[in-house]
Amino acid sequence: MSDTKMSDNTPDSPERRRFISTATVAAGVTLVPGVMLVEVAQGRPEDQPASSAVRWGMLIDATKCASGCDDCVSACSTENGWTPVAESKHPTQAPQWIRKLELQDPLTQGQTNLPMLCQHCAEPPCVDVCPTGASFKRDDGIVLVNRHICIGCRYCMMACPYKARSLVHEPLNDTQKPDVPRGIGCVEACTFCVQKVDRGDGTTACAEACAKSGNNAILFGDMNDPESEISKRLRELPTKQVRADLNLNLGVRYHGI
Amino acid sequence: MKRLLALGAVVLTTAALAWAGSEEPAQSGGAPKPVITKATKGEHCVEPNDFMRRNHMKVLLHHRDETVIEGIRTKKYSLKECINCHASEKTGSVAASKDDFCVSCHSYAAVKIDCFDCHSTKPQGSMAMHPLNAETAHYAHKLAAQAGRPVSTEEMAGIAQ
Ligand code: SF4
Ligand code: SF4
Repeated sequence: MSDTKMSDNTPDSPERRRFISTATVAAGVTLVPGVMLVEVAQGRPEDQPASSAVRWGMLIDATKCASGCDDCVSACSTENGWTPVAESKHPTQAPQWIRKLELQDPLTQGQTNLPMLCQHCAEPPCVDVCPTGASFKRDDGIVLVNRHICIGCRYCMMACPYKARSLVHEPLNDTQKPDVPRGIGCVEACTFCVQKVDRGDGTTACAEACAKSGNNAILFGDMNDPESEISKRLRELPTKQVRADLNLNLGVRYHGI
Repeated sequence: MKRLLALGAVVLTTAALAWAGSEEPAQSGGAPKPVITKATKGEHCVEPNDFMRRNHMKVLLHHRDETVIEGIRTKKYSLKECINCHASEKTGSVAASKDDFCVSCHSYAAVKIDCFDCHSTKPQGSMAMHPLNAETAHYAHKLAAQAGRPVSTEEMAGIAQ
């Protein structure tokens, strides 16, 4: 159900978009009188499972993403405990949960900056190909690897169109964060800071760092809640999904690409 | 030789049974008894000791699936909470030295622990208890990447200072 609603957000024409957004707002008001807002603001109780009433998503404004800045990348590395590539002994195979891309159009010389990370697809190819069931989509739309089950076959890395996943090649020697277990022989990717989301922070390390740098290019929130900041911005701004032709209904939307 | 081995096995089994059955292990020969240090926090475990000694792996297994797949983050039976209470005062870890809580029994029972390939052995907390924090994490990574062997807590604490 939520998926249908999300794909409706892809506008055909401004009129259609306006019509749909009004319809969604009306539905939101009548169906959930304040419940969703409370839930999102305080996080769910720790004994409650993640719910499909929520779909976590991210809006990245590439026009605000500054050239030369990689605060989101270092914040992610610090929060989740992966070694920054520059410090890795084997940079070509070092895990990267988020990458900063600086692209230049060869014709116009125009430059585009954006962070690239797991897009938390609603129809994730990584989950489709996983032979063990280790790759899975949580009810609130976060795509994760269950490391207890992952056998490190790396099919998912091949299947992901966004090069979002990495394999941990080396023993981590107890350098992991207590909140972020990760280890040798398992595939990993951005988790939308699931440990923070479950704690009720309602944001991710990269979004926090970007706001702190003053660029405010990353907005994280519940795309199913019509009153959330991200839903409002998504209604106002024209946004794109990377490789929209693949029809994966991404949880990360970009403006200005 | 065979008979000697069989005898050894009998002695070991008896010792294990004696230990499992009482708080104060009987002073018989055989392998050195595991050191069971009292938890640094709390009055008692989430279940009686006898139950936990036999079943901790079952409750942990059940809880891990609920947490990873459904996002249920209750504290009872959470590995993180085990570590919070049982990390040794000396090493700040449940598995850094041979007398630390998890390692001590597991090496006695000859059961390999896989948990700490991925999970941190240290609680989240103070500088002393958990030397890896935001400011120093990168240095520790550097050290771990170059070391190619387990980095001791002392070494990490050294870097943190
Ligand atoms: S971006 Fe890649 S890793 Fe993330 S959900 Fe989609 S296919 Fe899976
Ligand atoms: S590497 Fe792990 S998560 Fe990826 S497809 Fe193989 S088993 Fe699944």
